[in-house]
Amino acid sequence: MSKTLFNSGHTACAGCGQSMAARLVIDAAGPNTIVANNTGCLEVFSTKYPETSWGIPWIHSLFENAAAVASGIESAIKYLGKGDEINVIAQAGDGGTADIGLQALSGMLERGHNILYVCYDNEAYMNTGVQRSGLTPFDTNTTTSPVGSVSSGNLRPKKPMPEIANAHGIPYVATASAGFPQDLQRKVKKAISIKGPKYIQVHVPCPLGWRHETNLTMQIAKLAVETGLYPLIEYENGIISARRSITPKPVEEYLKLQGRFKHLLQDPEEIKKIQDIADNNIKKYGLKVELQQ
Amino acid sequence: MKEFLEGSKAIAEIVKFCKPGVISAYPITPQTHIVEELAQIVADGKLNAQFVNVESEHSAASTVLGSVACGVRSYTATSSQGLFLMAEVLYNISGMRFPVIMTTAARAISAPISIWNDHQDVVSLRDSGWIQFHAENIQEAVDLHLIAYKLGEDKSIMLPVMVCIDGFILTHGVETVNMPSQEDVDKFLPPYNPPYKLDVKNPLTLGPLVDPEFYTEARFALNETHKEALELIPKITLEFSKVFGRNYNGLIESYQVKDAERVIVAMGSVCGTIKEAVDELRRKGRKVGLLKITSLRPFPVSQICEALKTIPKIAVVDRALSMGSFAPLASEIKAVFFGKLKKPKIISSFIVGLGGRDITKESIKEIFRLLTGKEKQGEFIDLKPELLKESYE
Repeated sequence: MSKTLFNSGHTACAGCGQSMAARLVIDAAGPNTIVANNTGCLEVFSTKYPETSWGIPWIHSLFENAAAVASGIESAIKYLGKGDEINVIAQAGDGGTADIGLQALSGMLERGHNILYVCYDNEAYMNTGVQRSGLTPFDTNTTTSPVGSVSSGNLRPKKPMPEIANAHGIPYVATASAGFPQDLQRKVKKAISIKGPKYIQVHVPCPLGWRHETNLTMQIAKLAVETGLYPLIEYENGIISARRSITPKPVEEYLKLQGRFKHLLQDPEEIKKIQDIADNNIKKYGLKVELQQ
Repeated sequence: MKEFLEGSKAIAEIVKFCKPGVISAYPITPQTHIVEELAQIVADGKLNAQFVNVESEHSAASTVLGSVACGVRSYTATSSQGLFLMAEVLYNISGMRFPVIMTTAARAISAPISIWNDHQDVVSLRDSGWIQFHAENIQEAVDLHLIAYKLGEDKSIMLPVMVCIDGFILTHGVETVNMPSQEDVDKFLPPYNPPYKLDVKNPLTLGPLVDPEFYTEARFALNETHKEALELIPKITLEFSKVFGRNYNGLIESYQVKDAERVIVAMGSVCGTIKEAVDELRRKGRKVGLLKITSLRPFPVSQICEALKTIPKIAVVDRALSMGSFAPLASEIKAVFFGKLKKPKIISSFIVGLGGRDITKESIKEIFRLLTGKEKQGEFIDLKPELLKESYE
């Protein structure tokens, strides 16, 4: 078995997409890395005292401040003259990034710190019991955006975090997926080779919150990309430099595997709205493979 | 060297001598002059430090948490609303046992919004786990910063220290200050060398989740360290006096207390005014005195008890409130004597100087006068009853 910097034995749920992605990220970054972690599932399941999964120096302070703690770490490293030797990663879930941690993240990006920020996007507050966040998709059934006689779930589409990060004029922004491990690791390696603030948002299925079979994590992650609902793109210096082309599959294939979308399956009108979101992504980012004549 | 300095400039200078590697702050009146001075000192290359201009006080506290976790001495400063925005991080910093040093320019809190001085902000954070010093004047403010670094970074303590200075009165006031030399500071304050830090050669996990099996002991240990700090502070101030020639007890200061019949207990710059009032009343033969609390946390219970147990009448001056209850300092002083056989007959409580209302020598004399009568409970001094007549009806 190959050596990892994120050891097994932690308490993540079976099929947890975040635990897989976190291992891929830290193993790509390597041992000369310091991680600042927001409060959330990842922090909880990987550091239950007196045990830890982490083989690198790792710190958790609060829910919303990993970007600011990492800013202090990076500044200290710079002061110590080790800025070129040590990578700094700040990481958080989607709520810790797009909601409560957005201000600290924006400050970190604006100030130009040499930090890679990784958002593990499982599209709700899973650690507290599946409440909706700013990155919860349209029409998702969560405990605070429940389906009811006058509601078909979450009212709004995902906050466009990659675009918000990109608007800070930072050198590198990417989306990635637990369903594409090599692609994720390539993006992490690329990000840490670039000086300045970097933002990677990784789509990570959550069997508990998404209510899917634990053996379907990879398949569901892939389907999100292949339907156009989770476009894999890279921005370099503000401009889209790469995207993963797809032969689009209908969104229903993705939705039908997850309990959080179960209420939509008998409702073609609502499915159409979600298909429109995917189609818009496909058009906006040019995701569709054009067959060569 | 004696210099005529604004408080903020003097504090910036002493922070420079302490050589923090990372400074992070967010501007708030009346803390601004301190961080402006430090930004200029860094810009002029007079201090090798990273100055991180953050987007909030929450991030200022979080940034110095991150830098001190890497084993680099760090500094921040704030006031009032900024302190409250930091509150969550402050509890975290002390819980994680990181010796961040912070200047707090004590200021009123909103609403109504007021930029002027009282102690409602700092006193509210007394349970944050930070050591909390209160300075009477600029000289003491300067010296307490040196003592704060030495104390907080001691391997047996490893706690953050807040040096509270009264906003405007000490931040913008000007005094002749005996500024230490870099050489003497270096003699007194060794480089920061923590027993734990974020280091790729020795990876540690800091800030883990603990279950009920461990949490109580972590908090117990923090509380015990405050008791140990009570023992260490006088030792550090003794060492301080040997290098710098100025004597502090570091916990309390007794002024004309020994034979006094009436004593005011207070914190911060008002102690200067009280000393003058005491001098004037003493000249008239009145046996009055002052007990100044320098260390609100840890709270020097036995020292206070020893100093005041034979005094017949005590007046506790609070510049803060605990709405619906006893004033904060008054309730703690009362607690010191609860159940004791030897204790003052009267412990009266007075509220003064909220939101920058001047506390004059006359205000102080009024308190001493009221102390001749019945025990007072949270009596406001210099209140304007005519303003309370307005109504919405």
